[in-house]
Amino acid sequence: MITVYAVLTLGGLAVLFAVLLFVVSKRFHVTEDPRKVEVEAMLPGINCGACGFPGCPGMAAALVKGADDGDISHLVCPPGGASTMEAIGSYFGLTVGQATPMVAVLRCNGSCDNAPAKSTYDGPTSCAVAHSLYAGESGCPFGCLGDGDCEVACEFDALHMNPVTGLPEVDEEKCTACNKCVIACPRNLFELRPIGKKSRRVFVACRSTEKGVVSKSHCQVSCIACTKCAQVCPVDAIPIVNNLAYIDPVKCIACGKCVPVCPTGAILATFPVKPLAPKVSADAATE
Amino acid sequence: MTLKTFKIGGIHPPENKITEDRAVQSCPLPKQAVVLLAQHIGAPAEIQVKVGDEVKVGTLVGKAPGLISANIHSPVSGKVKKIDTRTDASGYPKTAILIDVVGDDWDPEVGEAGQYEWNKRPLKTDIQATGDEIRAALAAAGVVGMGGAAFPTNVKYMVPPGKTAEYLIINGVECEPYLTADHRLMVELPDEVLVGTEILRRALGVEKAIIGIEANKPDALRIMAERVKSYPNIQVQGLVVKYPQGAEKQLVKALTGREVPSGMLPLDVGCVVNNVGTAQAAYLAVQYKRPFVDRILTVTGTSVKNPGNYLVRLGTPISQVIELAGGLPEDAGKIILGGPMMGKAVSTTDTPVGKGTSGILILNKAQAKRPAVEPCIRCSKCVTVCPMGLEPYLLSEMAKQNRFEEAEARGLMDCVECGSCSFTCPSHRDLVDWLRYGKARVLANRRKGK
Repeated sequence: MITVYAVLTLGGLAVLFAVLLFVVSKRFHVTEDPRKVEVEAMLPGINCGACGFPGCPGMAAALVKGADDGDISHLVCPPGGASTMEAIGSYFGLTVGQATPMVAVLRCNGSCDNAPAKSTYDGPTSCAVAHSLYAGESGCPFGCLGDGDCEVACEFDALHMNPVTGLPEVDEEKCTACNKCVIACPRNLFELRPIGKKSRRVFVACRSTEKGVVSKSHCQVSCIACTKCAQVCPVDAIPIVNNLAYIDPVKCIACGKCVPVCPTGAILATFPVKPLAPKVSADAATE
Repeated sequence: MTLKTFKIGGIHPPENKITEDRAVQSCPLPKQAVVLLAQHIGAPAEIQVKVGDEVKVGTLVGKAPGLISANIHSPVSGKVKKIDTRTDASGYPKTAILIDVVGDDWDPEVGEAGQYEWNKRPLKTDIQATGDEIRAALAAAGVVGMGGAAFPTNVKYMVPPGKTAEYLIINGVECEPYLTADHRLMVELPDEVLVGTEILRRALGVEKAIIGIEANKPDALRIMAERVKSYPNIQVQGLVVKYPQGAEKQLVKALTGREVPSGMLPLDVGCVVNNVGTAQAAYLAVQYKRPFVDRILTVTGTSVKNPGNYLVRLGTPISQVIELAGGLPEDAGKIILGGPMMGKAVSTTDTPVGKGTSGILILNKAQAKRPAVEPCIRCSKCVTVCPMGLEPYLLSEMAKQNRFEEAEARGLMDCVECGSCSFTCPSHRDLVDWLRYGKARVLANRRKGK
């Protein structure tokens, strides 16, 4: 008898809940735009927020809304790049925005050799903590602390600390310009710059606004604001503010003329630059 | 005398008070004084001199721009050589006035104090000044808390409406291992400390002042208890030795039994706490109109040849004070400003002595080495010793993961950074480092929010 009661009770409950679930699923059904799901699948799915929306679902919703209004040209997925956006564009049959392909660039060259350590930091391995405690092992209050907060922040395996130089290195192939390293660095050393034609880029690898004498005492490749680069620049792309040169990536034509004239070697290029004629470079060396 | 103490947590680090019997010596004047404009909590002082100006001891060189700030006086006489930046205890370059020292002439306005040796000043027990005059004199002399935080003293004695002070508490605990500057001050200048306490008591307008002294300073306790008999409103109270009894909330609890609620100040339970050094500085500021230009500090460490307590002019580079103590030992591993628990390591010996520098501790290589961090074994020792009743293991992990709001909800901001958790952790975890970082980030976020 007990068996019968048990079967009846549990069976009855099962039927009751089945009906309940059926009613609820019909009554409270949410119709999700199938396009949103499909578009979201096309996005990289790393929720980096570089598009300006809260993660990939937010971007997908914005794209669908944009498609309804007939314009998605203002929406760009930086880590997905041109291929992702073109796929989404052809899905909607709309033209997509052109994002300049960017890459993260480290604006410090204070390696172990260039900026020798004058003290030893033995606190927690975290740039954020080290930054809150002191200027750093080289004494430069603007330079890389080398504890790898950026490496931890990078979700694309595109950033690695080089144990020889003590500086992080960006893998251009893997970097999606998601901005995470820019946020993670307590000294704001990363900048997203256009990859440039054939990956030709020129940039000032220094953020020190200290006076030349002082910054040079910490690091031999610091910018000393001598203005030589600004004088030689054919397109007037190098403003010098607060004892620091900055190369405007929009104006810069990547001619590389500023690289050899820099007396400290603070300007780096991603392509081989012909050195100056020996006489001039001897002058530069005595500076 | 029954000894009192606080209840929750606390630790007993090795005391290492190697310099407790060493009388205070005067440190010679530096060749060049590095006068920092921010030696206190609050806005940096505004420069009042220019390159080439002649200054005397006590000449105002930096003026407080607002209430939470402090005047800076020249600690030496000579010529302003340069206005430049120098690395201070924060580890970053800060604006400093460099003064080339010539002779030792005191500004005529404060001349009287300069006539005497530091330990031969006639005692002025007659207090004429009213509360407002005392506050004005403290502000003019640039007196700040000498326990370490360097909070402008005059501000502490402005009781906001709605709050009432009942006790003045003077901190002679000096619970940090190694440090003995306050100890020696109480032994050598007890009357100046007591008159200073009386002055501060009047400024606060309270009936009773209590001076708390830990039992590991029996001579200071004996002398102070003896001399205090002529001051009916001051009481000297012995305390059980326990770190961090010198933290103001713990001291308030130990001496009055009152608990300062989370996020509030001792004044919310009717107490104002200042250090014995501050009381003595207040004595000089009010009775002698003498600005804050020097302080006693301990130079110590097991490897230091000649450790001792020195009266040092502010702005003297620590390298010179270390030289006086027998030079930097060969096995020096770390130089710490302050004590081993809460002090901060410096990266250069060019760092000048500031108003908040209570000691220079030189650890040898073996002492300075931080053991490798190992995983938390959930032993809860950090929870047991935390004097604020917090969970350091949890808060440090939250700070590490940037979960500042959660950490704040669990009392992160109550942390007094005493370092008891890190001291006791059997896995050598860097607990207090992360707590300190978390607190700084929460404060930064609050500022941004405003």
